[in-house]
Amino acid sequence: MPYDFDWSSIPGALPFLWTGMKVTLRITVTAILVGIALGTVLAVMRLSRNRLLSWLSAGYVNTFRSIPLIMVLLWFFLIVPALLERLFTIPRYADTRLTSAMVAFALFQAAYYAEIIRAGIQSVSSGQIGAALALGMTNMQAMRLVILPQAFRNMTPLLLTQSVILFQDTSLVYVSALADFFGAAYKVGDRDGRLVEMLLFAGAVYFVVSYVISSLVKRYQSRLAT
Amino acid sequence: MAYHWRWEVFLQPAPSGGGDTFLDWILAGLKLTALVSLSSWFIALAVGSVMGVLRTVPNRALYAISTIYVEVFRNVPLLVQLFIWYFVIPELVPLRLGLWFKQLNPFLQQYLAAMLCLAFFTGARICEQVRAGIESLSRGQKAAGLALGFTLPQAYRFVLMPMAFRIIVPPLTSEMVNLVKNSAVASTIGLLELAAMGRQLVDYTAQPYESFIAVTVLYVVLNLVVLGFMRWVEGRARVPGFIGGGGR
Repeated sequence: MPYDFDWSSIPGALPFLWTGMKVTLRITVTAILVGIALGTVLAVMRLSRNRLLSWLSAGYVNTFRSIPLIMVLLWFFLIVPALLERLFTIPRYADTRLTSAMVAFALFQAAYYAEIIRAGIQSVSSGQIGAALALGMTNMQAMRLVILPQAFRNMTPLLLTQSVILFQDTSLVYVSALADFFGAAYKVGDRDGRLVEMLLFAGAVYFVVSYVISSLVKRYQSRLAT
Repeated sequence: MAYHWRWEVFLQPAPSGGGDTFLDWILAGLKLTALVSLSSWFIALAVGSVMGVLRTVPNRALYAISTIYVEVFRNVPLLVQLFIWYFVIPELVPLRLGLWFKQLNPFLQQYLAAMLCLAFFTGARICEQVRAGIESLSRGQKAAGLALGFTLPQAYRFVLMPMAFRIIVPPLTSEMVNLVKNSAVASTIGLLELAAMGRQLVDYTAQPYESFIAVTVLYVVLNLVVLGFMRWVEGRARVPGFIGGGGR
């Protein structure tokens, strides 16, 4: 018998794992909300006729997209505490890792969402903008009331798929030893000498969540197409 | 408090001996990142092509195998996959193979685990690109191949694959860029590639900004090199008449 599986440390560890999952979900949800909001601003900036705005947005997006996520996280774990310390008077060694992680993922995801949203805006036919302007709307009104609602409908599947990737990527906060779901699983496995079982369990949980959401997105997408 | 910039830190001797400077450390990391990316790229291309073909063949079992492969490798985080390759697989493979792996020197263990992990992760993405490439060809292509007396494998080999591969060069470019970025994950199991060297430098010099800036810039440069090379490949592989295929 090559390996004796022993899954007995999992049931007792479930509350701890759930605490970890809550950290994972907090980072994911924050990054989705802030990321889509900022991503929309970046996409509109990118498409604006103002050269400077368009250039700034392109710079932001391309910078974040050409750096490995791990490096982005390391940067933010370095910068955010220093900034917080300067802006607010927080104790020097306060635990700012969760805040840093949330800021990092939100800003990083915004770059990826921005590209999706830009494509979504461009997929709305240009006659729509013409019609909105002819009705007497300003540029901003046309964007907000006519273009964006249609664009978001088209790009919801892509935004959701990107969010599933984000959910998986949050495991990288491991580099800061923050106990998200994966970090918690690793700690338990390491403590009990049951790393094999805990890693497989963690993988299975990520798989089930991601697979179910992806399947739902696929079904939604085929309904959208008809 | 003002940060004290000391760029000359890169020219100072590193504690690894042999007259190495910290700059040499960073460059060694860069080399390893390039090496691990390149070696896993070739495996990924092979795995992805085979699996991509299986996703399109009229055989239930083969289709199921390739679908499971894609779904598993796309829905488990890269970090978890890496830890499974490094900590779990050696326990589950036949005893002698596991023992052989554990007796390798630590660097080789880390390198092998990182290479296989990145290869199979990227392979799942390439697989979907290959499938999309094959499916984008008109049905007539396969039918014509079969009508000429080719067997199905021959039709794939001589008719479908040559076209499909030329069409999917642009998406493959972005997969290659992703691979280079993803390779930074290998730092978590201790492989001293570029990102890991950056962190090690922080520990030794206490100059985090200089070291992170250097590493970040090198990743950007590496990406640009990949993009430049693939643009050249794209130019040569372009199929006239297809989208982005040029008018000639």
